[in-house]
Amino acid sequence: MSPAHYIFLSVVLFAIGGVGVLVRRNAIVIFMCVELMLNACNLAFVAFARMHGNLDGQVVAFFVMVVAAAEVVVGLAILMAIYRARKSASVDDANLLKY
Amino acid sequence: MIPHILAAGGGGTNLDAYWSVSFFWVLAVLSVGAALAMIFMRQAVHCALMLAVVMLSLAVMYAMQGAPFLAFVQVIVYTGAVLMLFLFVMMLIGVSSADSLRETIKGQRVWAAIGGVAFMILLIVGIGHASIGSAPTSFSSTGNQANNLTGIAQLIFTTYVYPFEITSALLITAALGAMVLAHRERTEPKLTQRDISRRRVASGQVQPEPPPGVYALHDAVDMPAMLPDGSTTDRSVSRAISQRDPELGRDPQGEVAEDRDAEQRIEAERAIEAAARGETQ
Repeated sequence: MSPAHYIFLSVVLFAIGGVGVLVRRNAIVIFMCVELMLNACNLAFVAFARMHGNLDGQVVAFFVMVVAAAEVVVGLAILMAIYRARKSASVDDANLLKY
Repeated sequence: MIPHILAAGGGGTNLDAYWSVSFFWVLAVLSVGAALAMIFMRQAVHCALMLAVVMLSLAVMYAMQGAPFLAFVQVIVYTGAVLMLFLFVMMLIGVSSADSLRETIKGQRVWAAIGGVAFMILLIVGIGHASIGSAPTSFSSTGNQANNLTGIAQLIFTTYVYPFEITSALLITAALGAMVLAHRERTEPKLTQRDISRRRVASGQVQPEPPPGVYALHDAVDMPAMLPDGSTTDRSVSRAISQRDPELGRDPQGEVAEDRDAEQRIEAERAIEAAARGETQ
């Protein structure tokens, strides 16, 4: 398969993840959609690495994985702190900054 | 099958063309379907399972693309650690909280879908105009001299050594941040056994709640218990069950009245007990 197919697939997955972030209300599910977008980017990086015939893209994908792991840890901890204060994981309930 | 995928590990292109095409289409349909299902599923746990399907199929694609190291990191770090962390937090906070179907912003879903499709078309057209050649037969330059892992290690510890070192600061900060955010300061003294028993006696109900199914028409966990006066009490059914299905936790034949005035009866009993205590003192 040519790398273009993989890049188109990653575009589709990225768009689906973006729609999920916009549509869903549960903060955990929004996080999962962000993870889906990061994974789609990784797929594109790996495809680019194969296209250019060097390993730089794979190293970048590896760094993306590391940063995503750190992001998930902090994000879920924030989510737990919010849940403790408001007893809800819905993004609609955290609206104190709105007014 | 698996040897065919792993055979692609070295150069990334020595996978049989028949296998690579068929694997790609199977995995593409699987991952896009699972990603769509992740958006449409209401329960957060189902979303996590769908995300696991996407991540595992992406791991196989990495292996097919000549990135066996990333394939295993994907399985171990993403599917193993990150997704388990998601499920762990979900069990802590929101396993019973399904998404509400109520739209808070008018037309949000429609516009989000339109925007997503438009973004997808934009990217596909843009990339379609670029000339993406076919993959070279092998990885060049610092590429796989010995194997994929050696090549990546050489890149990380030479060209990308500063980003790699900065990553350590990021990880330490993330660990500290998680500890600070998840830590809860105790603002009130811990309840002793004496406090707990005092509170229970003062609440007017010394005995535990009746378990579900006690004296009820059906001995099941979703059947409300029957009180000594013949009425049923909804308090005996776990809230997780009655939230999941409003039909559960009710009398199937509708013969037993709902326990609407339980609060009043408890109040009356409390008044009687208080009066009795007042007389004896």
